[in-house]
Amino acid sequence: MIILENVHKSFGSLKVLKGVNLTVHEGEVVSLIGASGSGKSTLLYCINGLEKIDSGRVTVDGTDVHAKGTDINKLRQKLGTVFQQWNSFPHLTALENVALAPRVVSKLDKAAAREVAAAQLERVGLKDKFDHYPSQMSGGQQQRLAIARALAMKPDYMLFDEATSALDPELVTEVLDTMRMLASDGMTMIVVTHEMSFARDVSDRVAFFKQGVLAEIGPAREVMESPKDPDLQRFLSSSTR
Amino acid sequence: MDYQFQWRPVIQALPQLLEASLVTLQVSVLSMGLGLLMGLVLYFIRKSPILPLRAFATTWIEVARNTPSLFQIFIFYWGLGEFGIFLSPYVSVVAALSFNCAGYMAETYRGGFAAVPKGQNMAARTLGMTAWQSLRYVELPQVLRAIYHPMTNQFTWIILASSLGMLAGLRELSGETQYFNSRTFRTFEFFMAAAVIYYVITKIALLVLKAIGWNLFKAERAAK
Ligand SMILES: Nc1ncnc2c1ncn2[C@@H]1O[C@H](COP(=O)(O)OP(=O)(O)OP(=O)(O)O)[C@@H](O)[C@H]1O
Ligand SMILES: [Mg+2]
Repeated sequence: MIILENVHKSFGSLKVLKGVNLTVHEGEVVSLIGASGSGKSTLLYCINGLEKIDSGRVTVDGTDVHAKGTDINKLRQKLGTVFQQWNSFPHLTALENVALAPRVVSKLDKAAAREVAAAQLERVGLKDKFDHYPSQMSGGQQQRLAIARALAMKPDYMLFDEATSALDPELVTEVLDTMRMLASDGMTMIVVTHEMSFARDVSDRVAFFKQGVLAEIGPAREVMESPKDPDLQRFLSSSTR
Repeated sequence: MDYQFQWRPVIQALPQLLEASLVTLQVSVLSMGLGLLMGLVLYFIRKSPILPLRAFATTWIEVARNTPSLFQIFIFYWGLGEFGIFLSPYVSVVAALSFNCAGYMAETYRGGFAAVPKGQNMAARTLGMTAWQSLRYVELPQVLRAIYHPMTNQFTWIILASSLGMLAGLRELSGETQYFNSRTFRTFEFFMAAAVIYYVITKIALLVLKAIGWNLFKAERAAK
């Protein structure tokens, strides 16, 4: 379970998070939607500790992410993160990309790490790309590679930060399909997305992020089809996808 | 022009010249290796939040890059003597050349690290890697790729600059050449021969580095 309690975060004088509360249960898929630059990425980064918080509390399975004594590297193994810019490691093959963390973080031996990597690459449909370098793969394939890389650490949660926004339109589907598959496998996911159909059809709940807080949150259909917040109404009618 | 070429003394001295070439090569490889390591450390401490550390690194880099290499060798060989530190010619030349190389490499590293997108570190850290693991397995290999070409140039430069070592009494290739020159007065022949040996060493070094790069940067080749 991931719990955010009254989380505040600013960059200098810019207040980005102004008291965010959110509880994500096991097996749940929560989509975060909201205007560009509103702080959705920052919110995700406060969960995996890439950003520090000013006040409040973030706990993952009872562990305080921002507490002094927390082993953040260990905690992050529970939290797979997929970025908008997929950040594949360009000097490594697909298989090496996925096997790296199991080898150096989980200390698996080479053969075991490769086995884990192969299984996850197969899972995201990259069975025939093991020995390809990222430069030889499409954006969609690289993003699925990034998903496989995160999955190889056997995370309990997956955080997606606009995983499809940097992709050419024709490559979006394959990545969304992979995310759908994860959702149906029961993965707990927090998904920052501009894909309104994904938010509506795949997530259990949708949260609308506005001016530093979650202005509206509820069951996906309810939020998407009968939004109460006037800004959300406007946001949804202006979103094409 | 009635200068008579006489190559016999050169041929007789060839074993010694080749042996001295090994000293040249040794000094160069050692200085390059140390320079690469110290340059990396300099790059990091120049970004340190601690002002004295930062000032130390900046001074080093500035002095290394903006004063003659010969002076740098003299400082290590003669200059330190003033403070009661006496280094052998070998040690002072290696120290001076590494000092110099580190200064240049610190700058080169800066460009190399700038070429690695921030997302690489973020991705590595979210996988649970420590800062060190991210550096070691994700960032440095990419930095190495970016600095590889300037680094090979630097290495060529070091091989040639090591000839200044003769002025600190080091019997590397130039020192040895000068020694035979002073005994035989076949100046042209000896320095001609030494020049050819330098040329060959440099070319071989470049070939070896190229082969290493070819093995190291497979991703690069695959992309083509
Ligand atoms: N490291 C930083 N330093 C200073 N300001 C930052 C930093 N990171 C983000 N910001 C600012 O914080 C605000 C929120 O940024 P964030 O990236 O979280 O928004 P977002 O909702 O993810 O936007 P987008 O939809 O464009 O990805 C923005 O105004 C951004 O400029
Ligand atoms: Mg963002």
